[in-house]
Amino acid sequence: MAVLTSGSPLRYEIGDAVADFKLKNVDGKMVALSDYTAAKGAIIIFDCNTCPYSRAYNDRIISLNKKYSEKGFPVIAINPNDPQMSPGDSYEENVSRAKEKKYDFPYLMDESQVVARSFGATNTPHVFVLQKNGSDFKVAYIGTIDNNSRDASSASKKYVEDAVDALIAGQPVSTKTTKAIGCGIKWKNS
Amino acid sequence: MTFCFLSAATAQKAIVVKFDALQKILETKSDQIQVINFWATWCAPCVKELPLLEKLNAQKDLNTKITLINLDYADKLDKVNEFMARKNIQSVVLLLDDIDYNSWIDKVDKSWGGAIPATLIINPRTGKRKFVEKELKEGELENLIAELK
Repeated sequence: MAVLTSGSPLRYEIGDAVADFKLKNVDGKMVALSDYTAAKGAIIIFDCNTCPYSRAYNDRIISLNKKYSEKGFPVIAINPNDPQMSPGDSYEENVSRAKEKKYDFPYLMDESQVVARSFGATNTPHVFVLQKNGSDFKVAYIGTIDNNSRDASSASKKYVEDAVDALIAGQPVSTKTTKAIGCGIKWKNS
Repeated sequence: MTFCFLSAATAQKAIVVKFDALQKILETKSDQIQVINFWATWCAPCVKELPLLEKLNAQKDLNTKITLINLDYADKLDKVNEFMARKNIQSVVLLLDDIDYNSWIDKVDKSWGGAIPATLIINPRTGKRKFVEKELKEGELENLIAELK
């Protein structure tokens, strides 16, 4: 396992096809990316229960799924934090967060952190918009949800919505990567 | 007078700035090594490493300038100042009120993913720099500074 964590990690870049993953959802069932046979893509969001930015974006994440799941781009949220390092990010806490906020999308536990590592996720929330191409899901956008974490109504650039709208319209995504201040993922002690 | 000598130095108060203030520090021609630390009161590993920066700030003979860039939201200024008073922070603290993070993160360091804590050390004379996107360990700052001298 040490090999995975040392040096500069391999991470997905725009255009890369992502490897399938299968993780435990808050209802106890396993969810795989390859389960989404009818989707046109997916909005993968590495997220958690404890980060102030995750809390600030929580309602916006719920809205993204409401707006885009029926258009073929469902949200799949993944909590990559190690519960040893961040007790508020245990499986039980995920279950109660999903219940409290009435998540209508999966909230998966990346217990081994292998999925977060392979995506190259660093922060929460950290978004990867995927577009389906044949049976492959390819990375079309990496970054933050919009340009105002504090106030959704003041955001002048809605990066994720713009990216998904472009993909739905068959247009190129204009802003493919962005960065944002965020809580670093709480990695297991290596 | 006695009172002055006995009382501890008062803590700094945070100054609210935009990115141009940070840009000036990044481009300074000063002889001092610049240590720029990005933190927030809600970030536990950031709070944990602050004493290491404060210790460095107290060593005036090192010719090193510490700037703590606070990333709490600007409407939390009172909370930040209360925190600084409680911890008796002596380093300069700038609250960076520039919410369009994507517009400036790469200007600090292209390799920065945006997670905090993060620390940038610059030797303005040589232009050499070191960037660390994780919690600092005891002695690590001193080693990084020595490597830049």
